[in-house]
Amino acid sequence: MENFDWLLQGFAEAATPMNLLYAAIGVLLGTAVGVLPGIGPAMTVALLLPITYNVSPSAAFIMFAGIFYGGMYGGSTTSILLNTPGESSSVITALEGNKMAKAGRAAQALATAAIGSFVAGAIGTALLAAFAPAVSRFAVTLGAPSYLAIMLFALVAVTAVLGSSKMRGLISLLLGLAIGVVGIDSLTGQPRATFGMPLLSDGIDIVVIAVAVFALGEALWVAAHLRRRPAEVIPVGRPWMGKEDWKRSWKPWLRGTAYGFPFGALPAGGAELPTFLSYITEKKLTKHPEEFGKGAIEGVAGPEAANNASAAGTLVPMLSLGLPTNATAAVMLTAFVSYGIQPGPTLFDKEPLLIWTLIASLFIGNFLLLALNLPLAPLWAKLLRTPRPYLYAGILFFATLGAFAVNLQPLDLVLLLVFGLMGLMMRRFGLPVLPLIIGVILGPRVERQLRQSLQLGGGDWLSLFKEPVAIGTYIVMALLLLAPLVLRLMHRSEESLLIVEDDTDQKQKAGKL
Amino acid sequence: MIVVGYTADRFGHAALEHGIAEANLRKTSVLVINATSGESYVDSRFAGSPEVHDVEAHLAECGVEYELAQPVGVDAADELLAAMGREEAQLLVVGIRHRSPVGKLLLGSVAQKLILECPKPLLAVKPTED
Repeated sequence: MENFDWLLQGFAEAATPMNLLYAAIGVLLGTAVGVLPGIGPAMTVALLLPITYNVSPSAAFIMFAGIFYGGMYGGSTTSILLNTPGESSSVITALEGNKMAKAGRAAQALATAAIGSFVAGAIGTALLAAFAPAVSRFAVTLGAPSYLAIMLFALVAVTAVLGSSKMRGLISLLLGLAIGVVGIDSLTGQPRATFGMPLLSDGIDIVVIAVAVFALGEALWVAAHLRRRPAEVIPVGRPWMGKEDWKRSWKPWLRGTAYGFPFGALPAGGAELPTFLSYITEKKLTKHPEEFGKGAIEGVAGPEAANNASAAGTLVPMLSLGLPTNATAAVMLTAFVSYGIQPGPTLFDKEPLLIWTLIASLFIGNFLLLALNLPLAPLWAKLLRTPRPYLYAGILFFATLGAFAVNLQPLDLVLLLVFGLMGLMMRRFGLPVLPLIIGVILGPRVERQLRQSLQLGGGDWLSLFKEPVAIGTYIVMALLLLAPLVLRLMHRSEESLLIVEDDTDQKQKAGKL
Repeated sequence: MIVVGYTADRFGHAALEHGIAEANLRKTSVLVINATSGESYVDSRFAGSPEVHDVEAHLAECGVEYELAQPVGVDAADELLAAMGREEAQLLVVGIRHRSPVGKLLLGSVAQKLILECPKPLLAVKPTED
């Protein structure tokens, strides 16, 4: 009940004109970047991190959360109209949504996507408000060994579960960990990997890394593949749904939410897996199986709800444990740190008003997004006519500005360029970006937890395995790593659920289209 | 050979009609060029496959010898000028859309560039007002 009290206080705080303005800006930006392929909420939040220097924490987080949710909404618009998913979580929506659009039912597809996203977002945020404090209360009782185990699990899960290749995930992760090592060791005061440059003693700022890998890497990649045959956009009027469509959509919405939220809350989750599962479920349960593959509305309703619910779910570990499970959450955590707020289980106790204002503004933002997307979806599609050179020139401008504003030292611009080239190479060779970012952010924290655990255990390595939560997490981790090997030995094929696009795929696409 | 600068809107259609008329008058063939710079995700002036199909059917119906090219990743004006550089090209037909001076400054005008730089005769047409 106390939490409900806090939630109402959060609403009071979130409904102030200034915060509402930031929420509106956030959702507008979020939808815009969601619509444009290649640009995502993670990049946008990274580019906007410098504003955290000037605005209050609640306003900044309200805007970031708006961008996060908006990205999920915007991605479905491009998937349906262009068959090009704006976000990786909208890939499945493109399957049925584009077929519906080609059959002349674009308005219904857009409507079911928007309303399903709203329903899932609302339910997901309510579940967030219910579960996050509880998880946080449980997490406070965890000792350093258990916390270490959970963080290691997150690292392993992000590397080994997502993506088509464990090797590539591992490469990314090790790159990220290596970048996180640079700086002066907090315990012994020794400079590590600073190459004799005193400017690197503070470490490489996460803002520079995030902006370089996301913004610069993407800009360079697009520049390398600039001139492509334009896609055919399907003209559409205002989204709306008939009664029959409502009847067919509401159960997939709820089922999609049920899939999306738990997967988003788990460290391994992400948004791609629940959308895929939702699609398969809808295919099995539908009363109109002949429509699947030709434009079935359930195939849009379920996955869209799943990806929005998983966005809400991602915020559970972020707020309650301080554990990021996707790139946007990782960058948002950086914002927490730059405000001097320590993310972790004590967040709910130390900064209750900020967190509950954030949760309240998620409700408001969700509603704003529905109002924004339902009537204006065709307008967002017009955004795709911007020539990419202008778009990416603007992004590069903000990227350089942001990277320089961190410390006002020119070295950061050099680092920006170096890591931007690294980002380009990662896209060229199909290395996933998420393990890198998570490695940079979690690496130092894992190290700190490890050292704390060892100090508490008196230097005994076995002390890491003494807590029940730690043991349980390590067992699950081992199962996760060994299961694919065992399955392969038993001659069953492992489903590769996600394909990381690399240069060959891009060439194929450019040549084919 | 008549070169027609085609876009997927009424200006392009007008240019195509006049191009076909000229080709019939001069008893020669038509080269239809629909170029795009490929810089945007969506280019409304680039003809999609259904439209290409319709244009080719129309050209076949009118009984002219035709060729349709859709180069991607090139500047439209340069592509048309290169086509006019061919020996057999006699006339360039383009549709004119209204551009104010500020519009020309910000967005550029392909027609203006062609008028100023094309060495051979150019026919600038407007769609019939309906």
